[in-house]
Amino acid sequence: MATTAEGFDIHHDDHAHDHADHKPGFFARWFMSTNHKDIGTMYLIFAIIAGIVGGAISGIMRLELAEPGIQYLQWWAQFMGGGNDLNTALHMWNVFITAHGLIMVFFMVMPAMIGGFGNWFVPLMIGAPDMAFPRMNNVSFWLTVAGFFSLLFSLFVPGGSGPGAGTGWTVYAPLSTSGSVGPAVDFAIFSLHLSGAGSILGATNFITTIFNMRAPGMTLHKMPLFVWSVLVTAFLLLLALPVLAAAITMLLTDRNFGTTFFDPAGGGDPVLYQHLFWFFGHPEVYIMILPGFGMISQIVATFSRKPVFGYLGMAYAMVAIGVVGFIVWAHHMYTVGLDVNTKMYFTAATMVIAVPTGVKIFSWIATMWGGSLEFKSPMVWSLGFIFLFTVGGVTGVVLANGGIDDNLHDTYYVVAHFHYVLSMGAVFSMFAGFYYWFPKMSGRMHSELLSHIHFWTFFIGVNVIFFPQHFLGMQGMPRRYPDYPEAYTFWHEISTYGYYIMAGSMIFFFVNILYALAAGKKAEANPWGEGATTLEWTLPSPPPYHQFETLPVITDSMDYHDHRPATA
Amino acid sequence: MAGTANHDYHILEPDIWPLVGSISALTFTSGMVLSWHPDVLGPIAGATVLWAGLAGLIATFFMWFKNIVIEAQRGDHTPVVQLHMRYGMILFIASEVMFFVGWFWSFFDFALFPTPLSFDAASGSTTSLFGEAGAIAQFIPEGMEVLDPFALPLLNTLILLCSGTTVTWAHHSLIHGDRTGLKQGLWATIALGVLFSFIQAYEYSVAPFGFGGNTYSSAFYMATGFHGFHVLVGTIFLAVCLYRAYLGHFTPRQHFGFEAAAWYWHFVDVVWLFLFVAVYVWGGWGAEYH
Repeated sequence: MATTAEGFDIHHDDHAHDHADHKPGFFARWFMSTNHKDIGTMYLIFAIIAGIVGGAISGIMRLELAEPGIQYLQWWAQFMGGGNDLNTALHMWNVFITAHGLIMVFFMVMPAMIGGFGNWFVPLMIGAPDMAFPRMNNVSFWLTVAGFFSLLFSLFVPGGSGPGAGTGWTVYAPLSTSGSVGPAVDFAIFSLHLSGAGSILGATNFITTIFNMRAPGMTLHKMPLFVWSVLVTAFLLLLALPVLAAAITMLLTDRNFGTTFFDPAGGGDPVLYQHLFWFFGHPEVYIMILPGFGMISQIVATFSRKPVFGYLGMAYAMVAIGVVGFIVWAHHMYTVGLDVNTKMYFTAATMVIAVPTGVKIFSWIATMWGGSLEFKSPMVWSLGFIFLFTVGGVTGVVLANGGIDDNLHDTYYVVAHFHYVLSMGAVFSMFAGFYYWFPKMSGRMHSELLSHIHFWTFFIGVNVIFFPQHFLGMQGMPRRYPDYPEAYTFWHEISTYGYYIMAGSMIFFFVNILYALAAGKKAEANPWGEGATTLEWTLPSPPPYHQFETLPVITDSMDYHDHRPATA
Repeated sequence: MAGTANHDYHILEPDIWPLVGSISALTFTSGMVLSWHPDVLGPIAGATVLWAGLAGLIATFFMWFKNIVIEAQRGDHTPVVQLHMRYGMILFIASEVMFFVGWFWSFFDFALFPTPLSFDAASGSTTSLFGEAGAIAQFIPEGMEVLDPFALPLLNTLILLCSGTTVTWAHHSLIHGDRTGLKQGLWATIALGVLFSFIQAYEYSVAPFGFGGNTYSSAFYMATGFHGFHVLVGTIFLAVCLYRAYLGHFTPRQHFGFEAAAWYWHFVDVVWLFLFVAVYVWGGWGAEYH
């Protein structure tokens, strides 16, 4: 105890249990956790479960889209307790696209990246014993689970013309208000309230932890780039999510209390909802990718055995992306009738983001340049990320143009674009991070062979799914349709074959985890060699239950790139 | 710090309240949905779920803050942990500011880009005049009276501004070790907060328009209503501080619980000033006053 205000009654004895490796019993450990590593593990497991659900839903959609006509939707409508008619079947399609989007965004990517890897490695990388608010950390996790349950509830009550919320993940009015009067949409909206509250609390926790708990000597400019990425992400969450909360609260009152925020009959404006949603929604897409940028920076540097190229440029490029990300939202709404000046502004502002993003891509390449490259599984996933994220980024520049977007808006070109940056950007970075840190988290080595097979099959699978969708979009295939004219059959069929490859590829992932946990070689403190310079590699694998009971000291003689204490 | 830990951070024991709070939050939101849609499980089930969830939430908040106070009294809140809480509170208020940005955004959208509406005072119903010849687009629907900003809203402005000074009085008394002044200042602030809430509730009860129907009434009640909720929360926060002041919890050097309540109160105060200027004065400009 360093200092205590006068008049306080101090008891130290009840802390005697604070021994580094004393773990609480099962229920206390996993249901009452205040340990950032356990909470991170729960987030990762939750994200994997949500990913299986969201991925299975995309399988249903790819099966339906494999050929023209309605194949399976009527069966699903009946299975989910709706009628056998076409309307209910088409409603089921909307429910699937909605659930897929919401689950993947709010219950897979965000929990995995921020909740999982952020929780595990931000404290380790800055030399802190835990997060700043360990109890609040736990409520963030359980609120995310509560949100997931609220979304599940929505599947079993009426929405529009059948059970479930069929509004799209954007929940646009009037489809989400007068268009879906049943309680399903209310449950789905509260799902966002609950998980959003968890994310805001989590953001507060990360910002406080990063600003206030860095080990002595670790200045902001010596912080690993993954920590920088989570810091920027947390600010985006903190400032963007409350606006979504306001917008969806207005949906609730429009639905249930007769307000007319988005109802033109009372002077309201559905486009206002889109503005509010995308003021959140655009920062949200950076929330999903920035932690990935951070992980890729760590991994590329590690396996190039070189400090990352242009550390400060890399850090401030993320800050720039975060800041500019707040002022480009209307590029999601080019076709609502914005005037040409507004479209010009949003086109220009959107393209500006390509500059800091380019800084990052080229700096990763420059990091590898002249490095001693080692193609371990995290590195191949990172290379896949850099390549495929760039493809998605380039189509993003295309779509940033208001004039071109008039044609491509709501087509499969957009679907292909955002799956290249998410299913290949965010997801590849998560697999990279997973293979990078799995030995640290579990204490076991995974199989490099299985990881590489997983990578190559997944790489082929997702490209076969999504590359043809560019063609479909260019040909005019609209998003969110379960049926299409025969002219689109060929590429849809190919795309569905890609799904089979991707789904099969995931078997290698799960087998790999199970193999590693059951029979994997014990992992050393640092299995990746001298390129891995951040503090988590100074600890045993897995780290003790409470690490850094004596804080590491980062000395002035170290440059930004080596974060290990002098004695390590 | 305790045990083998050789640092000043606060390592917490496992705690059940985060789980209880999350289950309660889910129960509460589900209860709201079930109450709004009594056809799903019936009106009684909906209300039961709602109140059960609310009870769980209140219990969670109570126990959670009780535990924080116990830990503070025990001396777990070292200077660095107090700094955590400062950061946490500032960030929480920042997110609250963005929440209100949402309400102001919709308010200004409607005010600056209005559509023509007419309001029937007898039935309280609004009709859209869009497309009708001679219809003039104005924010306040034709025929609708709004609240006179320079009557009760001005009084409420003065009350909140006054409460901002009394909470500062309490703070200065606390810093200078004057416990009587602390209690008097807090009593005054809480009384002013309660008075504000009563006046606001009274004004809602006599307002010439309801929640729904048109954009002015929707934006008005949503923005002022959420502000009112924040006044309520702030008043409870200050009341807890007053109770703790009687228990002798705060010291001139360590009293972040009080400071957080004061910050929150000032935030609520500032939001009101924006509401008063934008919604009451500017928003109702030119319309008939009730």
